[in-house]
Amino acid sequence: MGLEKFKDRNVGTQNYIKLDLTHPPKDGWSKFKQVLSRAVQPELFVGLWVTLREMNNALFRGKMHTTQYPLEKLPISPRYRAIHDMLRLLESGHYRCIGCGLCEKICISNCISMDTRYDENQRKEVSEYTINFGRCIFCGYCAEVCPELAIVHGGRYENASEQRASFSLFEDMLTPIDNLNLQQEYQGFGAISPNADDNIKKTPLAY
Amino acid sequence: MDATILPEVTAVGVIIKAVLILAVISAIAGFGTYIERKVLAFMQRRLGPQHVGPYGLLQLAADGIKLFTKEDIIPQHANKIIFSVAPAITAATAFIALAAVPVFPDFTIPFVDVFVPSIASDVNVGILFVLGMMAAGLYGPLLAGMAQSNKWGIIGSARTAIQFLSYEVVTGLSLLAPIMMVGSLSFVDFNDYQSDGTWLVVYQPVAFVLFLIAGYAETNRTPFDLLEHEAEIVSGYVTEYSGMRWGMFFIGEYANMITIGVIASVVFLGGYNDWWIFAGWFMILAKIAFSFFFMLWVRAAWPHVRPDQLMWLCWKVLMPLAVINVVITGLVMMAG
Repeated sequence: MGLEKFKDRNVGTQNYIKLDLTHPPKDGWSKFKQVLSRAVQPELFVGLWVTLREMNNALFRGKMHTTQYPLEKLPISPRYRAIHDMLRLLESGHYRCIGCGLCEKICISNCISMDTRYDENQRKEVSEYTINFGRCIFCGYCAEVCPELAIVHGGRYENASEQRASFSLFEDMLTPIDNLNLQQEYQGFGAISPNADDNIKKTPLAY
Repeated sequence: MDATILPEVTAVGVIIKAVLILAVISAIAGFGTYIERKVLAFMQRRLGPQHVGPYGLLQLAADGIKLFTKEDIIPQHANKIIFSVAPAITAATAFIALAAVPVFPDFTIPFVDVFVPSIASDVNVGILFVLGMMAAGLYGPLLAGMAQSNKWGIIGSARTAIQFLSYEVVTGLSLLAPIMMVGSLSFVDFNDYQSDGTWLVVYQPVAFVLFLIAGYAETNRTPFDLLEHEAEIVSGYVTEYSGMRWGMFFIGEYANMITIGVIASVVFLGGYNDWWIFAGWFMILAKIAFSFFFMLWVRAAWPHVRPDQLMWLCWKVLMPLAVINVVITGLVMMAG
């Protein structure tokens, strides 16, 4: 067997539908023929049929597109970068943040500000931690750089509030201690959305 | 039908019918906006108005409250009198046109035994009257666009002039062939002509299609809604309007849609004659409803045409076809 078959890189051309790029009509008779053939083509009725079919699909086959947003929500991807969460250690319940300050250093919009001190056991303790969400661009560097997976991006995207400060304190972002069993671990940068299977579609070539 | 007033036609009856037409048609015209939004939404697989009332039915009331309570803005350099009067022209002519179209078969009110001819006034030039009124309606958009000192309005009114005037010709010529066959201008005679069950659309399919196309152009419906084409001229002749004045334009437009539906039903589609097991009043309601639905359906399916295409279609295609149709109808009638 030769290699010609594998050297043929022209793989996508077989099923292309070529446009009819013939020359436009020149004399009156062929123009008239073109007008006539276009006039009797049932394209307008194809349009009517398509809209009627879609109405049938929507009403009787449950293919309505609309998501009634405040009442139903689509699942968001674990990679989504919304308001940050501060996670706790599952065993002790203590917050994971070790006060290293890397997130403050890497933040490209300078919106994280933190202050630390030594507690009585000479361990670093976070005394102040705020994120200015008026400046945060949700780039995700802070979550990426965090050595302890302490700061991650959560899924809280509905951040309408009377003031931005309502989200930005350490205690606001920290997992409540009584919800520790519900704490979601960050699934990693390659994680797919929970409804990824439903979103799989045929590629256009397969239609 | 002779011009003498029938004994049953009393002044009180006419006034009651006029008030009924005004109330019912404006309610239906308002309801039509809801239907239009719903149907268009379904055809695009959306839900449409959903939250005000069950299935969004009270959206109509919400819109009404909004339109009534909105501030009435008259632009600084507008001609205030004409600017204020123009919406009334559109709404009034649309309702006046409905005076001469019959909607239901004549009936007798039970218990009180009052015979009611279901037409406000059976003028013997009914078709001319209705067409004339709809043609007079063009003064609404025309004056509105010119009075508001806005360039989009000016373009809109220029388009009004070319579109409505041109398609008036096609409407008249396409209705001429049925008029020749029936030999009368009264809508009641048209209805009675088709009482044997054969609709006029069987004899005059070309005239029917031409009338529909021209009717869409005259009611400013989608393939031809160049007067307020959002993508090109913001909102055309209604650019500067707001609140109730804007609402009157739309009540007029929807009333005109109903009028076109009634004319198409009575002249071409058998009117309010009984058909098979269905009563006449049901048949005409079904026909008008389908005609209304078809307007929305077309709006969902078909794109706009350009103004030059509109003119091309009118003068080079539709008008010759209409004239040929009239000539052939005349020849056949002379031969037969």
